[in-house]
Amino acid sequence: MIEALLSPLWISLATVFTATIITFFTGIAVARWMARYEGRLRNFIDGILILPLVLPPTVVGLGLLMLFGKNGPIGQLLLLFGTTVVFSWPATVITATVVSFPLMYMNARGAFEQVDISVENAARTLGASEWRTFWRITLPLAWPGVAAGAVMAFARAIGEFGATLMLAGYIPGKTATIPVTIYFAVQDGDMNQALVLVLIVLFIVFASLSALAYFKSKSYKIVTV
Amino acid sequence: MNSRYAVIISLVLLISVFLCHGCSTSAATVNVSAAGSLTDAVGEINALYQKENPGIIVTGNFAASGTLQQQIENGAPVDVFISASPKQMDALQSKKLIVDNTRKDLLCNKVVLIVPGDSTLGIKSFNDLIGDAVKKIAIGDPDSVPAGQYARDIFNEYGIMEALKPKLVLAGNVRQVLQYVESSNVDAGVVFTTDAKISKNVKVVADAPDDINKKVVYPVAVINTGKDMTAASAYEEFLFSDQAGFIFDKYGFTVVGR
Repeated sequence: MIEALLSPLWISLATVFTATIITFFTGIAVARWMARYEGRLRNFIDGILILPLVLPPTVVGLGLLMLFGKNGPIGQLLLLFGTTVVFSWPATVITATVVSFPLMYMNARGAFEQVDISVENAARTLGASEWRTFWRITLPLAWPGVAAGAVMAFARAIGEFGATLMLAGYIPGKTATIPVTIYFAVQDGDMNQALVLVLIVLFIVFASLSALAYFKSKSYKIVTV
Repeated sequence: MNSRYAVIISLVLLISVFLCHGCSTSAATVNVSAAGSLTDAVGEINALYQKENPGIIVTGNFAASGTLQQQIENGAPVDVFISASPKQMDALQSKKLIVDNTRKDLLCNKVVLIVPGDSTLGIKSFNDLIGDAVKKIAIGDPDSVPAGQYARDIFNEYGIMEALKPKLVLAGNVRQVLQYVESSNVDAGVVFTTDAKISKNVKVVADAPDDINKKVVYPVAVINTGKDMTAASAYEEFLFSDQAGFIFDKYGFTVVGR
């Protein structure tokens, strides 16, 4: 019984931890780029990046399946290397990353756009490189929004069900995350297992909401001397 | 002022549409919950029944027998339940959810091993599944999907369950197993012969052993939670008629007693 609870927990934590790290760095990079991008395709690119957030998870799952399946472009490429992503643990990371990315991206971009560009320019005139300006000025100033994005991405990733079931399938011990396990536990009539897993998810989500509140309180203020 | 009235009137109209949704039909309704493998056969039978009995509406709810059992136990208003294995019907019977004397064995089916139509792995029997070339096998979740139960029984009988466990991909219903094999995302799957017949993209490579196939029985019963007992009993009787039998035959089922 304990095994049946620990397995989905480990899988979910490993999946969400990996997915959040990927989303964190790619989200920041893309948000930073889009915050200052003035090109004509701005809204179009923005729309594509946010798409997984507004599409039903089953549609996202189907799209990923068509991409990574035996007949899909990435799937065929992977077949050349002798591997496949469908029904494997990496598939859980892929779906979690794809659905949580828009949240990280939107929060981070909003935060970067709020940073007063004259402060960045001041750094530049004082000789700081772009990299230094980003790490020492822009990011710290944008931190509350960026951290909020990370927490929301984490929470979304841990609750991901539809796309995960389609791409990774239900394989207890390998790809069965907590939400997927809850679904099958209910179908099997095992309400005890389902309820305990629900409580675990609630606990994790409340913990992340507390982390969110904590991060939002840690912000830099600009003071004039 | 005008826009506010417009909003109020629209809301009133919208709410009345929802309220009237249930009162338009004075016809009898028969809610049938049937195992996923019966989707096409019972779907056709329902259409025929409605044609022959104008004024009666039959709604078909198809899912894994375990899911259907859960729904009934939680109070879903079901009139007739057809399960793909006795296990779910036994559970309902022990909870006194079945109307006395209405439980009958309706159909028999056979369990088969299928592979994708373009498979080159040369799988010819259940034992071939242990080979290294077979990486993923799809079966229904044994705890709630009868086809999955039977698959587990077959693997246990051949003594290969432990060897196959790491390769199993569990599906929520038998049609999903079929879809997994059709799309070549798994190397093999266990479904009913009636499911394999529906698809053009899979090959049947082996039959389940006889002693397992003998146990594959689909019981039917009238359920307590339903609303119209008479309509339900009449529908159940129709399932045993020649016309229904003809449709079941067409899809590859064996009607008990024919």
